Amino acid sequence: MAGKESPRRILVTAFVLSIACSLFVSIAAVALAEAQDVNKLFDKQRNIATVSGLSEGVAMTVESLREIFTQIVPRAVDLDSGEILSDFDFENYDERSASRDPELSMKLSRSQDIASIKRREHVSLIYEVLGDAGDIQAVILPIRGYGLWSTLHGFLALEGDGKTILGITFFEHGETAGLGGEVDNPKWKSLWKGKSAYDDQGNIAISVIKGAAAPGANAIDGISGATLTARGVDNMIKFWLGELGFAKYIEKNFRS
Amino acid sequence: MNVEQSAALNISAEEKKRLGKGERRIWKKNLFLPILDNNPIALQILGICSALAVTTNLKTSFVMSIAVIVVLCCSNVLISLIRSQIPSAIRIIVQMAVISSLVVVTDQVLKAYLFDISKQLSVFVGLIITNCIIMGRAEGYAMQNSPLRSFFDGLGNGIGYGIVLLMVGFVRELFGAGKLFGFQVLPLVSEGGWYQPNGLMLLSPSAFFLIGILIWILRVVKPDQNEAE
Repeated sequence: MAGKESPRRILVTAFVLSIACSLFVSIAAVALAEAQDVNKLFDKQRNIATVSGLSEGVAMTVESLREIFTQIVPRAVDLDSGEILSDFDFENYDERSASRDPELSMKLSRSQDIASIKRREHVSLIYEVLGDAGDIQAVILPIRGYGLWSTLHGFLALEGDGKTILGITFFEHGETAGLGGEVDNPKWKSLWKGKSAYDDQGNIAISVIKGAAAPGANAIDGISGATLTARGVDNMIKFWLGELGFAKYIEKNFRS
Repeated sequence: MNVEQSAALNISAEEKKRLGKGERRIWKKNLFLPILDNNPIALQILGICSALAVTTNLKTSFVMSIAVIVVLCCSNVLISLIRSQIPSAIRIIVQMAVISSLVVVTDQVLKAYLFDISKQLSVFVGLIITNCIIMGRAEGYAMQNSPLRSFFDGLGNGIGYGIVLLMVGFVRELFGAGKLFGFQVLPLVSEGGWYQPNGLMLLSPSAFFLIGILIWILRVVKPDQNEAE
C-alpha cells in the first residue's frame, strides 16, 4: 500500500498515463484528419454551389460538385484597390488566419466596424461563375459578421450585373437553433433572390428590416424572435457591400 | 476482491454456476436500475447542462446520447481495469485524463463521419468531459468494481441519460418546430398549415420545465424517489 502511494509511484503513474493518453489522442487526430478535411472542403464547396444556384435540382455528391466546380473559378481580390491579383498563391492562403495576422489585415475603427469583426483581411477570396464564353455570370463573395451569439460566416452571390442578388447562405454560425438559426431556412434565404444589392447610383440598397417587408420593396423580412441576428445580417451585408468590403471590386469589374 | 479470489481458487461446477448467476444479476441491476429507478438526470440531477443545450431536436439528442454512452462505457471499463494501479492521491486527475482523451477522440470521430451534426453539437461534445455523470460513475462505481460490472453500469447510466434526452428532444422538436427527426409532422402556419410553433420550446428554459415535469411525474409514480423531509 505504501508503495502505491509513494511520490515516485505517483509520478510514474502520471507520466505513463499522460504518454498513453496523448498517444491515443494524437493517433486518432492524425488518422481522422483526412476525412475531416474532406468534410470541411465538401461543406464549403456545397455552400458555394448552393448559393451560386448551379446546384438546383442536383444531388450533392463529390462528383456532381466537381462537375459544378469546373465553372467556378476562385479569384483573389485586393479589397483596398478592388483589383484582382494575378499569380496568387491560393494553396497557402487561409482567410481565417489572414484576418488575424497584423501583416495581412487591417484593424477596423469603431465606426468602420459595423459588422463587429475587429479586423479585415487585405485579400479576400471570391468565386466567379463563368459562362461558356468566359463571361462572368455570377460572383460569390464571402461575408461574415457578428449576430447574437456568434460570428456568422457565409456567402453572398450576385448576378453578372454586379447588382442583383442571386442568393445568400451561411456555412458556419452559432445562433439559437429555431430562432436566429432560421438564417439557414431555405424559405428565408429565397427572399433574397432577385433583390438589388445596389441602386443605379451604386449605393447600397438592400436591408434586413424588422417585421415583414412590403411586397415589392427592396428589403428582407426580419426573422421573428431573432431581431439581433437579423440586425447582424443587415450590418454584415452593409459592411461587405460597402467601401471597406467589395464595393471597389464591383465598381471596377461590373460598373464600367 | 477477496470473494472473487477465493472463489477462483476452489470452486465446484455448481458453485461456479451459482456465482455466474449472481454476477449476471448484478449486470442486470447495473443496466436497468439507472434507467427508471436511479436515473442520472431525473433522480441524481446530473448532466443537466447538456440536456438543456442539445435537445432542441431529436437528431442532436440522439447523437449526443450515443456519444455519452460510448464515452461512459469506455471510461468505466478503462478506469476499472487500471483501478488497482491508480494512486489515490491523483485518482481524480487520472480519471479526468482518461475521460477527456475519450471525449476528444469521440469529437474527432464525429467531425470525420457526422460532420453536419457535429457542427450543430459544436462545443457540447467537448463538454461531455465535464458531464458529472461520467466522473460520478468512474469515481463512484468503476474505482471499486470489475470491468464487466462497470461496463454494464456505464451502459445503464448512459441509456438512462439518453432516454431523458430523447424524451425532451421529442417534445421540443415537435412543439418548437413541428418536426420529428427533421421531418415536418405538424404543418406550420408560415408554410400554409395550421400549427403555430412555440418558440419557447427552442430556448433552453423549456428544457428545464420539461425535465421538471418529468421528475414530477416520475416521483408521483414512484414515491420512494422523493427526498426525505
